Amino acid sequence: MPEALIIGTPKETLPGEARVAMTPDSARQLQKLGFSCAIQSGAGKAAGFSDEMYQEAGVEIVKTAPSLWKKSDIVTKVRPPEEKELGYLTKGKTLISFFNPAGNEAGLEAAKAKGANVIAMEMVPRISRAQKMDALSSMANIAGYRAVIEAGNNFGRFFTGQITAAGKVPPAKVLIVGAGVAGLAAIGTSTSLGAVTYAFDVRPEVAEQVESMGAEFVYLDFEEEQQDGSATGGYASVSSPEFREAQLAKFRELAPEMDIVITTALIPNRDAPKLWLEDMVKAMKPGSVIIDLAAERGGNVEGTVKDEKVVTDNGVTIIGYTDFPSRMATQSSNLYATNVRHMMSDLTPEKDGQIVHNMEDDVIRGATVAFDGEITFPPPPPKVQAIAAKPKEKVKEPTAEEKRAAETAAFKAQTKQQVTLLAVGGLLLLLVGLIAPASFMQHFIVFVLAVFVGFQVIWNVSHSLHTPLMAVTNAISSIIILGALMQIGSGSFLVIFLAGLSVFMAGINIFGGFLVTRRMLAMFQKS
Amino acid sequence: MEFGFTTAAYVVAAVLFILSLGGLSGQESAKRAVWYGIAGMALAVVATLIGPGSGLWLLSVILIAGGGIIGYIVAQRVQMTEMPQLVAAMHSLVGLAAVFVGFNAYIELGRVLAMSPDERAALDGFAAILAHKTPVEQSILKVEVFLGVFIGAVTFTGSVIAFGKLAGKVTSKATKLPGGHMLNAGAAILSLILLIAFLSGAGIWTLILMTLLAFFIGYHLIMGIGGADMPVVVSMLNSYSGWAAAAIGFSLGNDLLIVVGALVGSSGAILSYIMCKAMNRSFISVILGGFGNTTGPAMEVEGEQIAIDSDGVATALNEADSVIIIPGYGMAVAQAQNSVSELTRKLRSAGKEVRFAIHPVAGRLPGHMNVLLAEAKVPYDIVMEMDEINEDFPDTDVAIVIGSNDIVNPAAQDDPNSPIAGMPVLECWKAKQVFVLKRGQGTGYSGIENPLFFKDNTRMYYGDARGSVDALLSKID
Repeated sequence: MPEALIIGTPKETLPGEARVAMTPDSARQLQKLGFSCAIQSGAGKAAGFSDEMYQEAGVEIVKTAPSLWKKSDIVTKVRPPEEKELGYLTKGKTLISFFNPAGNEAGLEAAKAKGANVIAMEMVPRISRAQKMDALSSMANIAGYRAVIEAGNNFGRFFTGQITAAGKVPPAKVLIVGAGVAGLAAIGTSTSLGAVTYAFDVRPEVAEQVESMGAEFVYLDFEEEQQDGSATGGYASVSSPEFREAQLAKFRELAPEMDIVITTALIPNRDAPKLWLEDMVKAMKPGSVIIDLAAERGGNVEGTVKDEKVVTDNGVTIIGYTDFPSRMATQSSNLYATNVRHMMSDLTPEKDGQIVHNMEDDVIRGATVAFDGEITFPPPPPKVQAIAAKPKEKVKEPTAEEKRAAETAAFKAQTKQQVTLLAVGGLLLLLVGLIAPASFMQHFIVFVLAVFVGFQVIWNVSHSLHTPLMAVTNAISSIIILGALMQIGSGSFLVIFLAGLSVFMAGINIFGGFLVTRRMLAMFQKS
Repeated sequence: MEFGFTTAAYVVAAVLFILSLGGLSGQESAKRAVWYGIAGMALAVVATLIGPGSGLWLLSVILIAGGGIIGYIVAQRVQMTEMPQLVAAMHSLVGLAAVFVGFNAYIELGRVLAMSPDERAALDGFAAILAHKTPVEQSILKVEVFLGVFIGAVTFTGSVIAFGKLAGKVTSKATKLPGGHMLNAGAAILSLILLIAFLSGAGIWTLILMTLLAFFIGYHLIMGIGGADMPVVVSMLNSYSGWAAAAIGFSLGNDLLIVVGALVGSSGAILSYIMCKAMNRSFISVILGGFGNTTGPAMEVEGEQIAIDSDGVATALNEADSVIIIPGYGMAVAQAQNSVSELTRKLRSAGKEVRFAIHPVAGRLPGHMNVLLAEAKVPYDIVMEMDEINEDFPDTDVAIVIGSNDIVNPAAQDDPNSPIAGMPVLECWKAKQVFVLKRGQGTGYSGIENPLFFKDNTRMYYGDARGSVDALLSKID
């Protein structure tokens, strides 16, 4: 058996980054997969994990980053590697980290040149099977929670409404824009703190999730068919200018009422859309707080400064921090390390400490951005569609309006058909009436009415009674006996003979038909 | 009695007949409905007997009684599996009676016209009505008689052939004389020419010749239609017998005949329509016989038919919670309905959910399977129509197909080239397991390969349906 591979985690190099990609807990789990673990001394300190704790978990402590990189076959990190770190990569080494492949061409080229394999954690496809490795969601979850806490920290009042001896405290009003993972986490935190929470998202189908978390979904008066988020892998897509106008108008209306606004609107691979404009900031009350979770990509709010807290002239605090997960380093390290550990266990199907980098696997293929001297980004669309088969369902369940439209159309078609039939029938009837004598017409009217009644009545007959129906119609069609009875009094012998025969046959039919019907019907019994 | 009284009685009778048909909307109300029909018929016959114009009423009563005894005996003796034959036979009687009554009307007309005005004044009843007709009305009468006789004659021979086919006395295969439908069309055109000749006073021979032609059409038309289309044929003949009665009603000037004829005619027409729809075929294509042309080669069926013995089926049934049984004509042929009912009773007493799925064209008569199961004392509330039960197959543990083939053929949905493509079918293959009770390998009436038999979850349980079910009975606990 080949020797177990070593998984190593260096200390994050970015100033202020407190997270670490391996925790003592995740190290224990990784060892169960057959790997050996190593960590750079002090890597976990900012997240609350001391070297001793790692040692206890059986992790080897390595003094410096270069020796750790050299020693490790697999390196796990949080932040994208810096230039120096990229230099440590060698052929066959696997790096698991956030990588920002769309904006990190240099990094990809470096990995390619070195022949290293890079798994970018943000590229894990959004399918159910891969949720356990979805680090973006874990981090967004923390960011959403932390955003509310940060807002509370900067907000001068209670979240929850109270009636105290000293007077009435109104509840804070919180608006959360974008109900993705971060938005939903923020909604949950905000409502549990007791604030009146509103939420908005361009995808109307998330309204249900929002409401299930206890917030009120802000609907727009907008007619346009909004694109289903499930078509774009669960992310929001770019909306039309008209839609944007309607959205801004709504925000403008809400701005004066809101105490706290948390914006989380991001569209993959694009700058953050500006949703909270200057005039809205101006319209807000002094002391209000805005948390812009999209600050990393320019921010949703006009006036956001990345990584800083600014207070506007009218006393509104705008927070543009981008390191919310890092501000809760213990929690986020735990979650991130777990995501990485799940990724490792998918890479180690035999649990023997050896990586099987299966490029046929949708998840692994999707997350791998460099492999064996090739850049493998962007990945082909996953075979399993994200949140699959939802559009199909839509076809089955048209909206109420479509249904109504379809019904109206069907009704119109039916009416048209009926009117045509009636018109043609009526015309024919009139034509017959022009030619035929009155005595015939009298009978003819009776005939037409009887056919009509027959059609109305027979449609209601139960399918299971079709045989009895045939028997009974058979019996009553022997009404022909009346004709024979009327003729039997004739003077001609031939007529009497034929009429007699008819009476006889009809007699058979009447009795036979009714009796057999009765026999059949008596057999139908309920259980 | 006055004519007014007879008319009043007719009105009441007509209402009773309508109620009688309307009552068939439910099993319980149907039991009452049949009495409405009987009362209506009795009222109509009595009112006619004591009304104006009828004579020899003693003879009439004797004849009715004589016919009644035969009808009674037949109704008591007939097996429920023989229901289609009986219905067809009874249609033929109505058709023949219509022919006779039509002839009589013409003979009477001739007799009355030959009389002197004094004699005419002395007439009563039907002859009196004829005597008062103007020449225009007389020609209308002739058309009505002609039509009535034509339809009646087609109904007569058609029903006789249908009876023969259903009773197995005539081959149930679709056979045609050389010339096919051109012969029928020719005969129909010739009849039309004869009608014109008849109207211009060519005499009774035209009527007789036309009757013979109509007999031929009836014979040839039904001979050309095969086994599984029989439900449509029978309901079509049912319809014809009604229209024949209505046409005769016109010629006799009898409103009750018209009303009842129209009721029966529309009833049969609706039944035919329902049957055609259930096979996804047009009425015309059924009448023209045989299945339509395929538009391409049928899909290749892959896999093999896997046989199973009674132990295997019994084990699966013992383990199943829900069972759906799909009976077809094969169950009727094998007289297996009582065994099936016993199986149902046993399974139900073991706490399993057992239901029956009935395709509209299962059997050889509309609603045939329902009657058979009712006879075998299967409660009607577990016997479902196709639309009611088709969605439940995916949640069903075991589906048992007894003697049906085309109505459970997945090719109708999967293979656009299949001759039965588009026909609504029972989706039994969606059940977890399917057992097909069949006499042996081979295709059904329509000669279409059934991919159901080759599915992974299908097992073939070969043998006579009744014997197969009986073998299961002892193994179910």
